[in-house]
Amino acid sequence: MSTGQTGPNTVIEDGDVYMTTLTDPPRESFRLSMLIYDTRYRSITIQVIALLAFLAMCVWLITNTLTNLESRDLELGLAFFSEPAGYDINQRLIEYDSQDTHLRAAFVGILNTLLVAFLGCITATVLGVVIGVLRLSKNWLVARLMTVYVEMFRNVPVLLWIVFALAIISETLPQPRDFRGEDAIASMNLFDSIAITARGFYIPEALFTRSLGDIHLFGDSSMRFDISLDLLAFLAVLFAGLFTSKLIKKRADAIQEATGARPTTWWQRILVVAGPVLILLFALGFYLGMPELKGFNFSGGTFMRNSLIALWLALSLYTAAFIAENVRAGILAVSKGQSEAAAALGLSSGRTMSLVVLPQALRIIIPPLISQYLNITKNSSLAIAVGYMDLTGTLMGITQNQTGKALETVLLGMMIYLMVSLSISAAMNWYNESVKLKER
Amino acid sequence: MSDKISFVRTEMLEQKAPPASTTGFVGWARANLFNGIGNSVLTLLSIYCVYYVLSGLIPWLVSPTWKAESLTQCREMIAAAGKHGHLACWGVVRERFIQLLFGFYPPEGYWRVILALVIVGAGLAPVLFDKAPRKLLIVTALFPFIVPFLLWGGLIWPYVGVLLGFVVGYFVLKYAADALGDLLALIAGVVSAFVWWIFLSGPIMGAIGSVLPIGLEFVESRSFGGLMLALTIGLTAILGSLPLGIVLALGRQSDLLIVKALCVGFIEFIRGVPLITLLFVASTLLNIFLPPSMEFDIIVRVIIMVTLFSAAYMAEVVRGGLAALPKGQYEAADALGLDYWKAQRLIIMPQALKISIPGIVSTFIGVFKDTTLVSVIGLLDPLGLSNAIRADQAWNGIVWELYGLIGVLFFVFCFSMSRYSMYLERKLQTGHK
Repeated sequence: MSTGQTGPNTVIEDGDVYMTTLTDPPRESFRLSMLIYDTRYRSITIQVIALLAFLAMCVWLITNTLTNLESRDLELGLAFFSEPAGYDINQRLIEYDSQDTHLRAAFVGILNTLLVAFLGCITATVLGVVIGVLRLSKNWLVARLMTVYVEMFRNVPVLLWIVFALAIISETLPQPRDFRGEDAIASMNLFDSIAITARGFYIPEALFTRSLGDIHLFGDSSMRFDISLDLLAFLAVLFAGLFTSKLIKKRADAIQEATGARPTTWWQRILVVAGPVLILLFALGFYLGMPELKGFNFSGGTFMRNSLIALWLALSLYTAAFIAENVRAGILAVSKGQSEAAAALGLSSGRTMSLVVLPQALRIIIPPLISQYLNITKNSSLAIAVGYMDLTGTLMGITQNQTGKALETVLLGMMIYLMVSLSISAAMNWYNESVKLKER
Repeated sequence: MSDKISFVRTEMLEQKAPPASTTGFVGWARANLFNGIGNSVLTLLSIYCVYYVLSGLIPWLVSPTWKAESLTQCREMIAAAGKHGHLACWGVVRERFIQLLFGFYPPEGYWRVILALVIVGAGLAPVLFDKAPRKLLIVTALFPFIVPFLLWGGLIWPYVGVLLGFVVGYFVLKYAADALGDLLALIAGVVSAFVWWIFLSGPIMGAIGSVLPIGLEFVESRSFGGLMLALTIGLTAILGSLPLGIVLALGRQSDLLIVKALCVGFIEFIRGVPLITLLFVASTLLNIFLPPSMEFDIIVRVIIMVTLFSAAYMAEVVRGGLAALPKGQYEAADALGLDYWKAQRLIIMPQALKISIPGIVSTFIGVFKDTTLVSVIGLLDPLGLSNAIRADQAWNGIVWELYGLIGVLFFVFCFSMSRYSMYLERKLQTGHK
């Protein structure tokens, strides 16, 4: 590498210029060509050029945008957010009506996106782990069936599965009117608590006779948000119970380490978790609000629209195929010596799996699992194909069409998706760090 | 102890046949299907599942409705055949299959699409299979120009103009290298190619075109559709995303801070948003971002966005391959005195790409599957067409046949891609196992 060292050789090569200063290494004068040929400067040159090109592109795009907006008589701005939306959203987590603002509609959309992503992540993980383990089963038939499942779902587009799921629900399931009359064609499931209809699923809702009420956050603004105090109390008691149960386990572990005998704790642990929760539910007067057929439709209970069910089902089944492959790869990556060592210690095959193989496989599974969760979140934007009103359907769909603010809505929607993605990956990476093998 | 031996066997007993329960099908079934209660339950459950699915599916598939011309006719034919229940209506497949393949492309131009597909196949063959004749590499170099000409048509000269730009750039690079040195020659080559494209190509090719109007009938993008549209978008994005992804991955691994920051920003941004939002950008925003003189056609805009999208994912896959490569390989390349690009080309990339083959191919499969999303912005890919077909009075109410057919079409392509990746992995396997 030609660095700044100017020994006698270079001096002689450079000829008469430096002839007189042989003894004293000359100070190299800066030439323009060194920007390209000298590795000391070349990287800076390249970076400056890259930066300038990037800035030039930004300026070019912005000026284009501004001139185009001017020529089309469009104005930039988020003022449309405070105008009434004027459209209905049929599946929502918080109260909303068509008189509410576009901002409120977008908020409902975000919550709907998060809802389906959350539900999808849970079911896809459960299904994926089961299928991945079963695919490694020694049972020939089961292993083949799971291979067929994985290949079938991985090689067909998710959008096709989503519209297919909606078609299954709305074409094959009974209409609410089929539940009517003495000789009804359809009947409700699970002791008359769940009604599965082509319009959607009606499930029982949790109600309280002595409810604690709600906290109203953000007053009357578009972001107003109610949190049920009953839910908060329930969660608080549940987590306190789980924490106590963990303490009991810790104590049992300590006793086992010290004496070799493990005290029986399972009933204590169930009691500290379930007891307070049951007492709380009783104190609040908990009961289930069942869906009931009234006229031509059901009322009461919680209604999950067919579009939500279809999206949830398709996303879970599709992503489960990918998660199954990750789980399988993770289990196969745990070296055979580990399970052999466990067998040599006399562990049963079930305990080998849960105590030796899975904890090690988990470390390999988690990073790809993160990206599958992100995929579910991003694929939930396909809701627009079945009419589930998520962020894409509200902000980037109807709001965009009604206000004509394509630039603002699409860019804002992308930013929100980006933030959600980044937070999910941050949370999961944090979890990954905590279970990662601690090395020196 | 007496040392008298009363009996010693002098010849071996004949081997007995293994018990009947451990050989043949019974033995196999006992070992693989019914070893233990849990497994037996699982087996019976699976058999029931298979039976349930097949007993529903097979009668549905066997349906005497191939000649029907509408859904009502289908129902009449099923009733006439004395069958009950819900059966498939295959008439829609017979009538609309060609449309699902070609969309609304003019029928007299179908040969162009087929020829384009053949040329793409011939161009990809030497890249995909090392047994294919090497001379096909000429097709590989030329098909990016021939195929758009075949698909869109119009005069041949603009396509020749684009091709000549590369030729000009190449020759400048080749002959200026002695005079200017590698780097300046590269810059000169790129600049001269752009000068050709921006200032010279248009007028010169226009002039030739007015004298020699050779060309095919122009086909509007609006008439593209069906599987052909999915393949056009998918293949272009696949072919474009690999080089772009490699460049982005190298940028992300680079020591140059600003270059790295730009690449990381781009990759993370694209990977953080759903493809559908990028398609919204393509359909509504790209015209706002670009000057009015640069209006692209919607399919080109979609192709650009899908390519950028898959390039970001490709970059992460390639980066995984780069990271998995032992550091010794990089140091060995340095020790041999190779410069950055030579080291990448000769040492790093061949190994890194080999490691990342499974990831690369699953990204390809993902891109191809994601082409169905264009139906959301109103392009008529197979899924979009299925809605259009249902809008027809005759076929209103047809669901399963169309979805099933589209699913099978996609499955065939994606499954063969994944099998190819397995073949490639085996072929390139150099380690000892």
